[in-house]
Amino acid sequence: MMKKLIALLFATFFASLALAQEAPDALVKRVTEEVLEIVRKDRDIQNGNTSRILELVDAKVIPNFNFPHMTALALGKDWRKATPAQQKQLTAEFQTLLVRTYSNALTSYKNQRVIYKQFKMKDGETDVLVRTEVDEPGRKPVQLDYSLEKLDAGWKVYDVNVAGISLVTNYREQFAQEVRSGGIDGLIQSLAAKNKSLEGNLAKAAGK
Amino acid sequence: MTKLRMVMHRVAGLLAAGLLASGGAAVAQDNPHDPMEGFNRAMFAVNEGLDKVAIKPVAQAYEFVTPLPVRAGVGDFFSNIADIRNTLNNSLQGKFADAASDLGRLLINSTVGIFGLFDVASELGLEKHDEDFGQTLAVWGWDDSSFLFWPVVGPRTVRDTGGLVVDIYSDPTWYTLNKSVAARNSLVALPFVDVRASLLPADKVVEEAALDKYAYIRDAYLQRRQNQIFDGRPPRLEDVMD
Repeated sequence: MMKKLIALLFATFFASLALAQEAPDALVKRVTEEVLEIVRKDRDIQNGNTSRILELVDAKVIPNFNFPHMTALALGKDWRKATPAQQKQLTAEFQTLLVRTYSNALTSYKNQRVIYKQFKMKDGETDVLVRTEVDEPGRKPVQLDYSLEKLDAGWKVYDVNVAGISLVTNYREQFAQEVRSGGIDGLIQSLAAKNKSLEGNLAKAAGK
Repeated sequence: MTKLRMVMHRVAGLLAAGLLASGGAAVAQDNPHDPMEGFNRAMFAVNEGLDKVAIKPVAQAYEFVTPLPVRAGVGDFFSNIADIRNTLNNSLQGKFADAASDLGRLLINSTVGIFGLFDVASELGLEKHDEDFGQTLAVWGWDDSSFLFWPVVGPRTVRDTGGLVVDIYSDPTWYTLNKSVAARNSLVALPFVDVRASLLPADKVVEEAALDKYAYIRDAYLQRRQNQIFDGRPPRLEDVMD
């Protein structure tokens, strides 16, 4: 009995180790395909059911992202001015904003194909760029790149780049502007207000 | 006719309101890339109005009436003509391998691809390189340029505005229909409509994602250009977590 238990423990330990060592390009491909597979089959998501989408994103996508790093990258120097408590609040609000706005993009998924570009990694690298391309008939292909870093818990995405535009650093000037006029707390408030108004829109859309 | 007049009135009103706003908004500007922010924000407001009453409806109508294969053909047709510009600018930037590949694309797509209606070259693995005169000027050393927002044309920089003028004059579309100014202008305008139509799905995302829509679009434009100038490998922004 005891032997079996130990064997099981070992097996789980090595399984989790193997998972943590999943290569960054393999991770991007697996998560993308898993999410698209679900979207293709789920009528609710195709019809824009927001809570279903958020459920899916929560389960499949969010665990693979490093939101504190994304928030720090969006703020730049101002990140250091924030207290740990403020950093936590900023991260929570920014995560909500990013997840809300970009999850909805999944509802417009139709027949796009994701192409995974060739990926090479040097030994011991801890910061990599995984390049993909989204192809849709009748439209120009869109470049979609992920920056990943290696943490103890495995590879995590800390930046997403669409057609050469970082969804994260594109906020830097807007955030700096808010911090200049209202300090870190001013920025937290603006983000919270933005999230509230988006939630209001959702409620309205659901009520219709 | 009356409808057109109504639109004209609204446009005139918008322009006036925009100019007034630009007078009022010209306060502390601290973005080094955007010294004309007050004026630009006013033009942005004008463009938002124009987009609502004219540009977006045209793009929506275009998308509604033209079936997907036709739109794809239009996109490929202009994309093929753009390969002339890409070849020229790659040569001017000293990227001769890319220039040769673009010339190959042009030859293949203009013949096998039936006057550019089909992008056969991409299927054959000849990658497209988007280059324009604005990027060439950047490679030649004009790498930092002030941001400018134009009604209809949209976000540019001073450098890219000059680049655009050169691009339009070096585009054969401009000369092929010299006899009919109306036809020529429509043909020059069509790619803009095509681009606007392709951006329709992004409208909602920008609306939702931006704290300040003007700054969001400005910074997205500047980032995208930086990415194009460095052919997909721009220098990275400072990261405090590094």
